[in-house]
Amino acid sequence: MKTSLLKIIVSAISVLFVWSSMSVQAADIKPAVIYDMGGKFDKSFNEGVWNGVKKFTEETGIEVMEFEVTNETQREQAMRRMVDRGATVVLGVGFAQADAIAAVSAENPDVQFSIIDVFWLDQPNLRQYAFKEHEGSYLVGVAAAHASQTGKVGFVGGMDISLIRKFACGYVGGVKSVNPNAEVYQNMTGTTPAAWNDPAKGAELTMSQIDRGADVIYQAAGGTGIGVIQAASDAGKLAIGVDSNQNGLAPGSVLTSMLKRVDVAAYETFMDAKNGSFSAGVKVLGVAEGGVDWALDNNNASLVNADMKAAVEQARQDIVSGKISVHNYESDSACPY
Amino acid sequence: MAELWLQFVLTIDATLRVATPLILCAMAGIFSERSGIIDISLEGKMLLSAFTAATVAALYGSPWLGLFCAVIVSMVFSLIHGFACITHRGNQVISGLAINILASGLTVTIGIAIFAQGGQTPFLMSGQRFSAISLPFAEAAKNIPIIGTIYAEVISGHNLLVWVALLSVILTAHVLFHTSFGLRLRAVGEKPEAVDTAGISVTLMRYQAVLIAGLLCGIAGAYLSIAHGAGFGREMTAGKGYIALAAMIFGHWRPIPALMACLMFGFLDAIAARLQGVELPFFGPMPTDLILVLPYVLTVILLAGFIGRAVPPKAIGQPYIKER
Repeated sequence: MKTSLLKIIVSAISVLFVWSSMSVQAADIKPAVIYDMGGKFDKSFNEGVWNGVKKFTEETGIEVMEFEVTNETQREQAMRRMVDRGATVVLGVGFAQADAIAAVSAENPDVQFSIIDVFWLDQPNLRQYAFKEHEGSYLVGVAAAHASQTGKVGFVGGMDISLIRKFACGYVGGVKSVNPNAEVYQNMTGTTPAAWNDPAKGAELTMSQIDRGADVIYQAAGGTGIGVIQAASDAGKLAIGVDSNQNGLAPGSVLTSMLKRVDVAAYETFMDAKNGSFSAGVKVLGVAEGGVDWALDNNNASLVNADMKAAVEQARQDIVSGKISVHNYESDSACPY
Repeated sequence: MAELWLQFVLTIDATLRVATPLILCAMAGIFSERSGIIDISLEGKMLLSAFTAATVAALYGSPWLGLFCAVIVSMVFSLIHGFACITHRGNQVISGLAINILASGLTVTIGIAIFAQGGQTPFLMSGQRFSAISLPFAEAAKNIPIIGTIYAEVISGHNLLVWVALLSVILTAHVLFHTSFGLRLRAVGEKPEAVDTAGISVTLMRYQAVLIAGLLCGIAGAYLSIAHGAGFGREMTAGKGYIALAAMIFGHWRPIPALMACLMFGFLDAIAARLQGVELPFFGPMPTDLILVLPYVLTVILLAGFIGRAVPPKAIGQPYIKER
């Protein structure tokens, strides 16, 4: 009797202790996020991160400090200011913030940092998220090949960097897995960061591909991609969205979207920091980890037939099981498809 | 062969689309500079009016209202430019530059305040834009070789503002060289004292010229965001104003040659889009960088070799001081 009473007291105290330590930890964490150019409502990359941040705040009640970079010199300043304001975990959005986060994380070893789309840095307090965009692009490539009636499809990239070539290569792989004779037209918008924000050029490139017979055009071009979707929709052809679910931008003209679940990365970073399980290193999210996927909703339900759906689902399973290995352009700067 | 011909025709079609804002801006530049006012701010005014057009079209759903407001905004900024350069005899390059910087910041700031989408406006639906106009019998004519394809692909299927741009060239040529207003305008840019002696106000002439420039820039901006494009994105003019300025200089401040220069820039752009990734014999795929640099390299070659000396209006850049 006495021992059991003691047990209850001990367990009650320990529960109380654990609970209080958790609440202390929860109060201790002060998360911050620095969105990149484009802003948090860009209907694409940054908005994806914002969705993850929102989910975290809704579930935990912890406010996240935010900053939207509007010019290139602000990144490092913003990061330092977040640290000065007492941030315990700082999330950088996009590869453009790599240099800034490398510098600031080295100076502040007690603060946790995390960055999306970077995998080449090395800091004991820095977590990096990379996505297997080639796998997601492969899936939408399969869908594109099924939707195309001409056997010709297109790709419009933003800035000509290996990350975007990686999208293109996976896409070509997916298309050719369905139709080996398919022709894939590829265009890059430019070689400077301005290429992310040139919808007129995007539209023009798209029209040039449509003129040559393409009827499904996939874009990985940030704001430029809006022009791609618009041009495809004007011409009565199909576009494929990227990063966020863009199916609703022009319902009936967006076949699907290659989802890059940056929201998962944002949510996970802050959740891990809150739970004390934050770890440094590189996290790679692919189809198997739920990091990339294709989008299926009411807006594109009429465009996706049963055959296409089955084929994409099959490809997804094959990638997860390892039966299909999608080539990563960044591994050798070449595309074998 | 038929395929190649069709591709060529489609490239010409694209040329017209790409060149439209350049043509409008080049005509704007001609009006302004022929009167003696340097107008670097073509870029900024185009950006501001692109933003205004897209914003108004998104909020009120009418492309016509968007176009109207875009023109008004562009003209207001022309007046500011005029106020600084004509009334207060300020440095015309600095004033133009200031408008460009202001435009780049102002559009994004107001855009974020209204739509909270990182400076973009929402994607415009088809009713909120000027859509392509198919001319009668275009579908039927497609099958007629040569003339039919030209009619169906190049002439038909453009939106209204493309036609406005082409019309602006004819009007500019007529007004400048066949009306007394045009004669005075050119005189104000060459020898303002002479015009003043004849009892015509130099100030008024120059204000009229910058206002016309504002009108044309406004149409160019609206074309970018609510006709060719479907919404405003930050810095969406992407240097087109400066290219138009170059085209104007290529054309020796004359409408028809400037039109040709604009079409040349448009053609290079259109062909660049089509050449990317094309396999060349002995060379492999065309590298992106080479394609992108092509228009600029050709510009330098043409400017150095073929255009000859560009002689600007004599009184350009000089504020007119009556008391001298």
